[in-house]
Amino acid sequence: MATAQKTAKPAVLERREFRSLAATRFREWFILAALAGCTVFTVMITVTIVCLLIGQTVEFFRMPETSVTDFLFGLKWNPTLGNVKHFGIWPLICGTMWVTVIAMCVALPLGLITAIYLSEYAPRGLRNVLKPILELLAGIPTVVYGFFALVVITPALQAVGIQVDFYNAISAGIAVGILCLPTVASLSEDALRAVPRRLREAAYGLGSTKFDVSLKVVVPAALSGIISAFLLALARAIGETMIVAMAAGALAKLTIDPRQQIQTMTGHMASTATGDISNFDVRYYSIYAVALVLFFITLSLTVLGNFVRKRFQEAYD
Amino acid sequence: MAVNLLLGSWVSLPIDGLSFERLDSLLYTFFGFVALGLFVGLVFGAWSVFPNTSFWLLCVVTSASSVVILLILLLSIFYRGIPAFNPPKDDIVAELSEIDTKLSALAADSSEAQELTARQTELQELEQVIDTSFLNKAPAPGAREAGIGPALLGSIWVCVGCAVFFLPLGVGTAIFLEEFKPRNKILRWFTDMLQLNINNLAGVPSIVYGILGMTVFATMFGLFGTSKDPFIELGTEFKRQYVTEGMQVVFIPTDSRDEEPELSDGMTAFKSDGSEVKLNIIGDDDDFPEDDATLNVSLFGDAEGGVVADNAWYSFRLPLGRSVLAASLTLMLVILPVVIISTQEALRAVPMSLRQGAQGLGCTPWQTVRNVTLPAAIPGIMTGCILSMSRAIGEAAPILMISGIVAISMGPQHLMDDFSILPLQIFYWAALPVNDADPHNFQHVAAGAIIVLLLVLFAFNSVAILLRQLAQKQLS
Amino acid sequence: MNKQIAQPKPQPTIKPKMQSQFLQSAVQEDSEPQPSVISMEDFCAWYGDFQALHNLKLEIPENRVTAFIGPSGCGKSTLLKWINRMNDIVPGARASGKLKLPDIDILSRSTDVVALRRRIGIVFQKPNPFPKSIFDNIAFGPRLHFSKLPKSDLDDLVEWALKKAALWNEVKDRLGKSALGLSGGQQQRLCIARAIAVGPDILLMDEPCSALDPASTSRIEDLIFELREQYSIVIVTHNMQQAARCSDRTAFFYEGRIVEEGATQDVFTRPKEQQTEDYVTGKFG
Repeated sequence: MATAQKTAKPAVLERREFRSLAATRFREWFILAALAGCTVFTVMITVTIVCLLIGQTVEFFRMPETSVTDFLFGLKWNPTLGNVKHFGIWPLICGTMWVTVIAMCVALPLGLITAIYLSEYAPRGLRNVLKPILELLAGIPTVVYGFFALVVITPALQAVGIQVDFYNAISAGIAVGILCLPTVASLSEDALRAVPRRLREAAYGLGSTKFDVSLKVVVPAALSGIISAFLLALARAIGETMIVAMAAGALAKLTIDPRQQIQTMTGHMASTATGDISNFDVRYYSIYAVALVLFFITLSLTVLGNFVRKRFQEAYD
Repeated sequence: MAVNLLLGSWVSLPIDGLSFERLDSLLYTFFGFVALGLFVGLVFGAWSVFPNTSFWLLCVVTSASSVVILLILLLSIFYRGIPAFNPPKDDIVAELSEIDTKLSALAADSSEAQELTARQTELQELEQVIDTSFLNKAPAPGAREAGIGPALLGSIWVCVGCAVFFLPLGVGTAIFLEEFKPRNKILRWFTDMLQLNINNLAGVPSIVYGILGMTVFATMFGLFGTSKDPFIELGTEFKRQYVTEGMQVVFIPTDSRDEEPELSDGMTAFKSDGSEVKLNIIGDDDDFPEDDATLNVSLFGDAEGGVVADNAWYSFRLPLGRSVLAASLTLMLVILPVVIISTQEALRAVPMSLRQGAQGLGCTPWQTVRNVTLPAAIPGIMTGCILSMSRAIGEAAPILMISGIVAISMGPQHLMDDFSILPLQIFYWAALPVNDADPHNFQHVAAGAIIVLLLVLFAFNSVAILLRQLAQKQLS
Repeated sequence: MNKQIAQPKPQPTIKPKMQSQFLQSAVQEDSEPQPSVISMEDFCAWYGDFQALHNLKLEIPENRVTAFIGPSGCGKSTLLKWINRMNDIVPGARASGKLKLPDIDILSRSTDVVALRRRIGIVFQKPNPFPKSIFDNIAFGPRLHFSKLPKSDLDDLVEWALKKAALWNEVKDRLGKSALGLSGGQQQRLCIARAIAVGPDILLMDEPCSALDPASTSRIEDLIFELREQYSIVIVTHNMQQAARCSDRTAFFYEGRIVEEGATQDVFTRPKEQQTEDYVTGKFG
């Protein structure tokens, strides 16, 4: 069958006229340089952010109204009101903390339990319904959550008897929590599913119930992945802007009562932007100082989260 | 002591304060109580007896809560937003009540009454008509007249502009990191650092990018003057707009923003349709003209005109100011890490054997990417890019830093125009005080805008899901 | 290189697929030794700190089938990948010693891998056709390499390559269809045709049948037997019967060293080394 096919070699193979290798080489280098240029751009973004924030913050501290000690240890933040302006970061950090703590109270338990259900318990069909719903929740713009906090969560809280102000930290926190829920759920689920089958099989082989396997074997084995998910969600909650700008109010104060209005770090930047920011006064420079603090908090959380996750991934390979 | 006082006012249940006027509050309260009851019952009651079953139930209830949250969210928004597409039509309502009073005074079978009844049904039908004018109208001081036209157009402009920038940069970076991995140890360390940098950039809050964009693109550190007095301005023509005594709008071109043209008799001006007219200037001693034709081209010598800027398609200025271009670039910074990471994942999904096959045939690395890897990864890359675009459409914080809140009556026509985007419009409307007396307020308008935004996102996500299925089919 | 075809050569008397007895080579022992097409001496290769190959010395003859056998992880695939520098992209991979074509030093930095791979085609363990049409799969290499390629020439070339790979009759009516619609065996023959279409002298095959069913395997073996008239073939295999069926010479690898190398019949029937005998008789591996 095969022997009949001794046809002559085609003309092209006889001619052996090849394309110039030098031209190919040159094009290769050119393209590689262009692609490397794209990549260098991402480095430039980071460098610009750091230099810009630090440079402008130095500018901020040069102003007569400000001082580093007041900024780091002051307990008052009133850039617009009053005769003596104070720029102490703590009221803003307090506001951010309230929103973040409430958000994590919502997102962490709900997200983790949803992840355990999705990874260990849910039948295939239900999983295929729940996952897109989580993706949908993750894809909803933050202004929509802000609106939701304003017109649904706050009235609902008032209706069940928690006397919150119109702008308050609780409803903003709950909305941020709903926003972070899909992040926690899907990242934790990835971590849980990455636990090898053989661990589960070993536990079942010893006579464990599904409950024992899930909580005593799989969750501890995936712990670093889950912690990384928590850290990334935390970073996201701290950096969230629109929800707090809409629902948390615009009054920076040190308070232990989350039913009042507060102001977060991001909220301060947003409220400054809605005013006239083109005049280069102390208020304008204050957003850089606040942004620098915010940037370092979220950056360290992200770095830590990615680091923990990377360590974890290597464990089972 | 203080804590005690504080907690005292916390959980008091004022029965008369319970308001069930709002459907969604009711729903929320209901589901809240159900969920709370189940939680408490399960955790403290059944846990000790059936840890297995109760944990399973806890899981089910918790997972269901995300469904419930989504339902409440969508319900509350649709409940408020649907009226935005059909605001109460005051004139029709007024005429209807007029007809009602007239009808009650007339005998039922008179011809006039029949006419009125016919008119009544006609009007009632008209009242129910939902038109699409909400999508075209400009924002207005009154909730009934407000629309999302300019904001929708602005969103489209900004997102398309953003895509033009992030596509080549994002895909290029991903290809470099994924397909041109160096063998050299030092270079490998270097690319690992690049990868780490991108992963961390993805976690930077978007408002920080907003500040970056504001400083670098919009004001350019103040190095090039302000947006009122730009350093470079190309392709922008200024003209002064006058309203003549016959209530006609005429324009006189000027060389710069500040130049005030000298008005003189017989001077050439342009009407809004571009046709030329000769102006008639009324001096101190002249009589006021009588005929309409003259009035239409007549101006007082001391008339003051407003500055109008006309941007040509190639217009450009530095600093970029509150322009579409500045916003697109800023949004690109926010989206870029996401695009890079998703493109890398799409490239990683291409089987290694295809790359080896191409290399075995003598492909250079770039030829492998161009001919084999990239075509195979395109559906995956497209999915990632579309999902990033849908994130860009919903992103408000960075644009807020660039443009602030601006009232815009017309959508952008050029890259250098001022603009507003849908999420910012929602932000603005949601913050307006609600007048409870008016049944149609800005909350409805904001919710209506949210519905449009969600529909756009839904369309984007559907396309992305279709593409993802296509990708899985192709590679299997 | 056509002169090789013209040379009178001892034709095999038995068709390899008809023969199933163990340890009997299909190919009669060479009466006249062929010139060597790849020669290596003192060849060592590393992955990072791990030395995968130790001081190899081997001559691969022209227009013959050379089989590399040995247990997993013995370095035979590594050697194959070094022959057309597929290891270039593997981080930490390096090599030393002599590895040469008659006119080219494979390991030299100045050697262009593109030019090298034009002369040395490779077929992988798992069939890996591109997600393109059958025609485009074959035309992929020629379009890449040949400067003048009129449509008629390309058509001729694709037909020739498919005929060479004994696939033409099965696919001639559906050249425009996706190559992924072919069966596994057909896909593997397509990959062979794809490699031939560039016009190489040497074909490397990395366990080309390990992912295929027995029927497809036997067709590929037939094909290898046909192709040896024009190409020098190096085949890596786990399957000792396969090596016995279709190779002229065999090299037995163990732990990165060549334990024994010689005519296939000798290696299988009269092994010089104890290890080789243990392996070919199934005592280990």
